Amino acid sequence: MKPPLLDILTPSSLAEALSLLSEHGDEARPLAGGQSLVPLLNFRMSRPAILIDLNQIADLAYIKDAGDYIAIGAMTRERSIEDSDLVRKEAPLLQEATTQIAHLPIRNRGTIGGSLANADPAAEYPAVVLALECELVVQSVRGERRIKAAAFFEDVLTTALEPDELLTEIIVPKAPSGSSSAFVEIARRHGDFALAGIAAQITFANSAPTDVRLAVCGAGTTASRLTAAEEIIQRDGVGPEAIKAASEAAASAVDPMSDLHASADYRRRLTGVMIGQAVEKAAQRAGVIS
Amino acid sequence: MKAPRKVSLTVNGEALSGEASPRMLFADFLRDVLGKTGTHVGCEHGVCGACTVIVDDVAVRSCLMFAVQAEGADVKTVEGLADGEELHPLQKLFSEHRALQCGYCTPGMLMTAIDLVASNNALSEQDIKVGMSAALCRCTGYDGIVKAVTAYAEQVHGKPIKRESDNG
Repeated sequence: MKPPLLDILTPSSLAEALSLLSEHGDEARPLAGGQSLVPLLNFRMSRPAILIDLNQIADLAYIKDAGDYIAIGAMTRERSIEDSDLVRKEAPLLQEATTQIAHLPIRNRGTIGGSLANADPAAEYPAVVLALECELVVQSVRGERRIKAAAFFEDVLTTALEPDELLTEIIVPKAPSGSSSAFVEIARRHGDFALAGIAAQITFANSAPTDVRLAVCGAGTTASRLTAAEEIIQRDGVGPEAIKAASEAAASAVDPMSDLHASADYRRRLTGVMIGQAVEKAAQRAGVIS
Repeated sequence: MKAPRKVSLTVNGEALSGEASPRMLFADFLRDVLGKTGTHVGCEHGVCGACTVIVDDVAVRSCLMFAVQAEGADVKTVEGLADGEELHPLQKLFSEHRALQCGYCTPGMLMTAIDLVASNNALSEQDIKVGMSAALCRCTGYDGIVKAVTAYAEQVHGKPIKRESDNG
């Protein structure tokens, strides 16, 4: 399988990339790490006439401490996020999720911006940015805007990005003190796309959850928050009864797809089971349960 | 616009160049243009790992990169491992531990293992199993591969790694 006939343009600055995107619009697609896009090209699921290669734009790859948040450039490689002490300390959910993305050689090329803009329903990062309530910075020749993660993912492989817009930065709020997190997923083999996965970010005060964020990937057309399950944990705590009720609420809230890897029913059941695992793991890490 | 363009890069320390059309994958460029056929092509969509090479010090799938993206890159392929007739230590361990049968996956296995071991000086046997699952082998059942890479990690980092079989 080879990519279709296409041209590759290689801008060396963000301004040049935005100008090319504006000029070519729907005809062009930005090329980030290529770890999802190249297979999509090979399978002819995507047929752009032009790829705008972002790999020579050095100032799109960074992880910066910006006070209340971490700013991550869209072209930052997944391996850099995995290895970042700043991310491990201030956004441990993001670090843990990154280690579960595919395999090391894929994470050496794959980027956070590419994964988010591709919006694969089974990918880890969309669930993480929903749970961490990140903001996504988007630029075009028309200017800059910020999109809340909750408004970014619209459908399978479809986001709020306009054809001339480029995702340039991810704003990751630092996890508050007293918070804990867990990312769990189930795949048939390590490194495969998850059948379903859960991102849990929970803040505790005096052992009681005060802010509960649970997001799921792989169980619908986009990653999504599981608000009914969040409310149960926040109200009733992290005891076995509450976790059971939250698991059931999560399972009935999702609308997964069936494919050759798993049926919709199985994914729904997995969602419930993994809500339990993720909440327990986060609570254990916070020292709230043993 | 889609005319071939010149790509200049370093492969195993040697400055090379060749022509590539924009759609040409880096794996095909290595094999068909530069004649470096040690890099094998399996699935061509990033799953099997047979085409893994080292680009600028990290292992990547050469089938998920375009040739034109390798402009200026420092690349290491399986041909660059041995020093003349003297095999690379990891190649010797693959031989000692019977870590290959048909050999199709082996170049990708070697390049995957080199980056895996270089990336972490505290690998467990489980880390090695997870890490080597990045490359598919359909002959060996991985037993010899895990043994060879574990022994290699011990050599490189100079400390023993506990085997699961040590538990009895």
